Amino acid sequence: MTDKATEMSAGDQAVGRSRRLRTAFAALGMLPVLILLAAGFQIMNPRFLTETNLLIVTQQSSINIVLAAGMTFVILTGGIDLSVGSILAASAMVAVMVSLVPEWGMFGVPAAILVGLGFGVINGLLVAYIKLPPFIVTLGSLTAVRGVARLLGQDTTVFNSDLPFDFIGNGSLFGIPWLVIIALSVVVLSWLVLKRTVLGTWIYAVGGNAEAARLTGIKVPLVLLFVYGVSGLLAGLGGAMSAARLYAANGLQLGQSYELDAIAAVILGGTSFVGGVGSIWGTLIGGLIIAVLSNGLILAGVSDIWQYIIKGLVIIVAVALDRYRLQAGART
Amino acid sequence: MTAAARIEAVRQPVLEMRHISKTFGPIRALQDVSLTVHAGELHALMGENGAGKSTLMKVLSGAYRPDPGGDILIDGAPVATGDPIKARANGIAVIYQELSLAPNLTVAQNIFLGNEPRRFGIVDRDQCNRRAKEIIARLGVSFPARALVSSLSLGERQMVEIARALSTSARIIVMDEPTTSLTSRETDRLFEVIATLKSQGIAIIYISHRMEEVYQLADRVSVLRDSGYVGTLDRADLNASRLVSMMVGRDLSAFYKKDHRPPDSNRAIALSVRGMSDGNLLKDCSFDLHKGEVLALAGLVGSGRTELARLIFGADRHTSGTLELDGKPISIGSPREALDAGIAYLTEDRKELGLFLDMSISDNISMGVLARDAQAGGVRDFATAERRAAKAVSELSIRTRSVQANAGSLSGGNQQKVLLARLLETEPRVLILDEPTRGVDVGAKSEIYRLIDDLAKKGIAILMISSELPEVIGVADRVLVMRDGTIAGEVTASAGQPLSQEAIMELATGAAKG
Repeated sequence: MTDKATEMSAGDQAVGRSRRLRTAFAALGMLPVLILLAAGFQIMNPRFLTETNLLIVTQQSSINIVLAAGMTFVILTGGIDLSVGSILAASAMVAVMVSLVPEWGMFGVPAAILVGLGFGVINGLLVAYIKLPPFIVTLGSLTAVRGVARLLGQDTTVFNSDLPFDFIGNGSLFGIPWLVIIALSVVVLSWLVLKRTVLGTWIYAVGGNAEAARLTGIKVPLVLLFVYGVSGLLAGLGGAMSAARLYAANGLQLGQSYELDAIAAVILGGTSFVGGVGSIWGTLIGGLIIAVLSNGLILAGVSDIWQYIIKGLVIIVAVALDRYRLQAGART
Repeated sequence: MTAAARIEAVRQPVLEMRHISKTFGPIRALQDVSLTVHAGELHALMGENGAGKSTLMKVLSGAYRPDPGGDILIDGAPVATGDPIKARANGIAVIYQELSLAPNLTVAQNIFLGNEPRRFGIVDRDQCNRRAKEIIARLGVSFPARALVSSLSLGERQMVEIARALSTSARIIVMDEPTTSLTSRETDRLFEVIATLKSQGIAIIYISHRMEEVYQLADRVSVLRDSGYVGTLDRADLNASRLVSMMVGRDLSAFYKKDHRPPDSNRAIALSVRGMSDGNLLKDCSFDLHKGEVLALAGLVGSGRTELARLIFGADRHTSGTLELDGKPISIGSPREALDAGIAYLTEDRKELGLFLDMSISDNISMGVLARDAQAGGVRDFATAERRAAKAVSELSIRTRSVQANAGSLSGGNQQKVLLARLLETEPRVLILDEPTRGVDVGAKSEIYRLIDDLAKKGIAILMISSELPEVIGVADRVLVMRDGTIAGEVTASAGQPLSQEAIMELATGAAKG
């Protein structure tokens, strides 16, 4: 009996060790893919891993990472938000238009964020209380908000060459672009909310099992309202960032298909499409993978057309590898 | 079957599994298990959850490949292992607990799913329907081959599963807890079909936790424990205490260890339910639940027991009716309000409606009280959650490596204890338990019974829904019986006279008046 007991505990320890290894590996997620890609591009073009280029890559990925952070909240509940690109366009329009008002120019940023939040809350109300499917609701707002964005500028491009908050898009703090600082702050804040607050645990619970969450006394509609609100708010922030970078906004062209890049970043980051499983760090890595791919392919001189094809294939292969790895790990 | 065929069957088993072992990394899921099954035999497979029954059946169905040294012989000839398609071709069919039918297709389409009769490469609908009809007739059940599966009851869906097995000429059918969600009428129907199958020479491996069924059906019973083979009993040697001690490795003489408290009308009323209706099934249900009492809600599946519990808990809307808690009228519109008032509900379907399988045991236990525990600004208090989980793990003896492990990694009994722990953390005054021991192994069952008894002694009012009569008799102080959405009557123990199974069944089936 004693023998058996010690044998068992030795076995348990071995299981514990391999489990810890696996958890560590799972936590790394797509990081090895990112490193491999970077190494590959460095071999193809030594200019890839230079400080200047890395700043460009992170700067280019920053808006997508902000959108993808909001998308992570939504997808964790098992939903989807297709409207973020359109909301970004509308918010950017508002940001530039407010910036043109004398003395009130700085209010362009909060105005953009509020507009984004407003659209997000409308999405959330429709999903949470009218109980419409998120895909349908946000497909509708994808189109409708795009129309609003065009309406705002009478379908023209609005400019402000003297943008009061242009430092956001083009300035740096201690050598780090503001865009990057904002994106990283959003990721860290999202992590705090998701992993350190009651609300974050509820988000995972709703995504894992919405009916069980309701029977446990969680107010599921409020949680849903929150995640769509956050997604809208961050799309609004993305609008302000975009306006600050371009000194301009165009309701028709800005943010077209940004929602797809944001979704791709979340999925590349290992967040489950049905909800309940995933992390914001994964999303950060997913966003960086997309940016590294675009940048590296340009440096390698690959044509625009082939960039699309390669990016699409990499996303599919990376996620397929991830599924395979997780399945192998789950087989105990 | 002719006498000659019978002798033939005795000499040559249809299925032999020899020295089957299966290891996953360092975990030994099966250790040198052998099983012999004859044609026309019902071979029951028993054992606690986690004993290795499911793994053994997965080896049989080809889902797992056994470790080297293990063989599967069909009609005495070794067959390939670890190949589900070959296993099916060899006449092995498994009917899982969770049925695997497509509800939006017809009975005939489901029966031939993936195996459609074809003509010129196109599915031959007529042949499909005709052959489905033949198979359904062979089972002696009556529903049209063209009916949508979504229109069938659970029991009928099970018949479709069996029909599907027959359509592939299965000779060995594995049934995994087939009666779990069946009404007693459907169960009888299933048993008739099983008898028919046996008479046609089909061998049935029957996994069940229910002793009564095994007594009624089994020709032989094999018991697994801790991944190993314990022994096989012939029908003539079947005996409850022997079976239980084989399964748990210890004597469970005090299985239902409670002392019956006679109903005491002086005890304060905890919950008073008056005129509850849901505008559909439930009509005018009224009863009182006393402090420190275990009141069982018995009745057939479909009689409205779960529906009534969900109304009281606010999970569904009631159209009329009132509730009083400790003498004060309360209104409950959502589970949140019920929990705040001190009413907790254990769901009958812990995987679909209860647990967060991808979340930690600790999070699962604290889920109902996160907001109460939170620090300023809604920040999680992980130390308190950890403490709650550690306390629950030791008090309810939840067997797990760590409270950070996913709830999905636990066995059925331990998952149920995690759910119970979550409810208890909300400090309920009224506890509604819906099938608290469903799909739970013998050891965990007796632990749950002891827990129910302890909670009642502390003054918590307990309403327990159960489909297992021995459990109702063994655990409850008083029994309400439901039928067709109403409370058909009450059964109490009188002096020297324990609760009567017969009285409950009469009320449940409508055999008795009133």
